[in-house]
Amino acid sequence: MIRDITLGQYYASDSLIHRLDPRVKIIATLLFIIELFIVDNFIGFAICAAVLAIVIAVSKVPLSFIMRGLKPVLFILFFTFALNIFMVKGEVLWSWKFLHITREGIQIAVFMAIRLVLLIIGSSMLTLATKPLSLTDGIERLLSPLAKFKFPSHEIAMMMTIALRFIPTLLEETDKIMKAQQARGADFESGGLLKRAKALIPVLVPLFVSAFRIAQDLAMAMEARCYRGGENRTRMHEMKLRKRDFIAFILMAAFLAIIIIEARMF
Amino acid sequence: MSIKVTKLNHIYDKGMPTEQAALTDVSFEINDGELVGIIGHTGSGKSTLLQHLNGLLKATSGSIEVGGVEITRPGVSMVEIRKRVGLVFQYPEYQLFEVNVAKDVAYGPRNLGLSEEEIDQRVREAIALVGLDYETVKDRSPFELSGGQKRAVAIAGVIAMRPEVLILDEPTAGLDPKAHKDILNMITEVHRRTGNIIILVSHNMGDIAEIADKVIVIDSGKVVTVGSPLEVFSQGELLKSVGLDLPPITEFCNALGIKDTVLDMEDAVGKIVDLIKE
Repeated sequence: MIRDITLGQYYASDSLIHRLDPRVKIIATLLFIIELFIVDNFIGFAICAAVLAIVIAVSKVPLSFIMRGLKPVLFILFFTFALNIFMVKGEVLWSWKFLHITREGIQIAVFMAIRLVLLIIGSSMLTLATKPLSLTDGIERLLSPLAKFKFPSHEIAMMMTIALRFIPTLLEETDKIMKAQQARGADFESGGLLKRAKALIPVLVPLFVSAFRIAQDLAMAMEARCYRGGENRTRMHEMKLRKRDFIAFILMAAFLAIIIIEARMF
Repeated sequence: MSIKVTKLNHIYDKGMPTEQAALTDVSFEINDGELVGIIGHTGSGKSTLLQHLNGLLKATSGSIEVGGVEITRPGVSMVEIRKRVGLVFQYPEYQLFEVNVAKDVAYGPRNLGLSEEEIDQRVREAIALVGLDYETVKDRSPFELSGGQKRAVAIAGVIAMRPEVLILDEPTAGLDPKAHKDILNMITEVHRRTGNIIILVSHNMGDIAEIADKVIVIDSGKVVTVGSPLEVFSQGELLKSVGLDLPPITEFCNALGIKDTVLDMEDAVGKIVDLIKE
C-alpha cells in the first residue's frame, strides 16, 4: 500500500532531454519561470505553452503521467482562481450581495491560472527528466562559485542527496512497522480523524527511532571512509558540457529574446 | 487447534511488469501443540508465508485453515485472526514505542478491547513468561533495556494477546550467545506451559534441530520437504542444494564417519564413545 507512493517523480527514459547536462536543465527551468512572469498577454503564453509542449514531446514523458502531478495542486489553483475572480475591481458583470465578478477579474483569474499551470508543469519537467542524484550534482556545481563567500554548496547538495536516497528506505521501514503494529491489533483504517491520528503514534515513534539509528550508522560509515566535506573532493562522473548542451543554450536564448520582444510589442 | 495450508499461492504485483511469484502451491499441515521450524535461505518466501498465516497478506489463491476457520475466506474479521495467531516480526524491538514496558506490552491486549484488570493480568503474566521481572521492568523505558531484554519485551507484547498460535520470525537474529540462549529457552518454556502451536523461522540449524518437532523446508516459494528434524537433517545433499546447511553437530558426526544422523550433544557423545571403543 505505502510502496505505491511515487516520490521524486523521476520518469525513466532515454530521451534527449534526459541526457542533457543537469545544469542546463536547471538554468532552463529558472529561465522558463522568469519568462512566465515577463509574459503579459495570451500570445506570450501560447508561445510558452508551445515550447513546453515541444520539450514534453522530446522528453517522451507521457502526458497522463505529468497530469497526475497536477492533482495535488488543483486546490491551490482553484483557490487563486476564486480569489482573483471575486477580488479584482473593475467593470461589474455580475453581482450577488458582497460578491462581484468583474471583466478584469475574469481576465486576471484566467491569466493567473494559465501562468500557474505552466509554472507547475514546467518545473515538474525538471524532476521528471533528471535523475535526483544528477539534479543535486547539478545544483552543487551551480552553487559552487558561492563557496568563495563560505556558502556550503557541497554540504547542501550532500544533504539533498542523502534525503532523496533514504526516501525508499524510510518508506520500507514504515511499511514494516505498520505491519508489526497491525499484527498487534492496530487499526489504521477506521475511526474519526483524531482516532486515526492517535493510531499513528505507534508507527511514528519507532520510525523516528529508526531514522536516528540509520542516520547514525550512515554518519559512522561515512567517517570510516574519511568523508570530510567538499574540499579537494573529486568525482566519479565529471560533468561536461557537450554540443547538445550548447545548442540547448542557444535555443534558450532565442526563446528568451522572443518572449522579451513579444512583451514589448504588445 | 491445527493449521492446514492448501495450495497457497502468492504473486506480488500481479499484472504488472514486475510480477513475481513469492509462493507456489504451498501445502502443509501442523498438528495441535507442535513446535514447527521453518527453514529456507534469505528470499525463499518464509516471511511472505508467515504474513499470510496472520492475515497481513492476502493469498492470490489457495486456503489457510486455522483451528477449523478458513482465514483466507473473505469476510473473516482480522481481529478474530489476530486473536488466534500472534506474529512476532524480525527485530521486533524496533516496534517498541511506549513510555514504559508495561504500557508497551499492554498495547496488543488493549487493541483487543479487554477490560483493564484483564489487561493488567495478561501483562504481568506475559512479562513473567518471557523471563523478566515485572516489578523491576514495568516502569522502565523500553529504549533503555539491553538488546535481549528489548526483544523479550517485544515478544511479551504479542504473547500478552494470548494467541493460540505463536509465530516468530528469526527471534534470535543479531543477539549475543547468552541472549540467544535465553530467547530459545523462553520459547521452549512458553511452548511447554501453553501447549500451543509455535512456528519458528530460523537460520540456525542447530536451534531448529534442538527444539522443533517438525521442520518445513522452503526454497523459492515452494515447500521442498516436511518432516521430523531427523528426517529432514538426514537429507544433507538436498539441504545444501537449496542453500542451507546441517546443524554443526550433525556435520561433525558425519565427518567422523558416523552413519546415523545425530542431532544433539548427548547422542553425539554416545556415538563417539562407541566409535572409539571399536
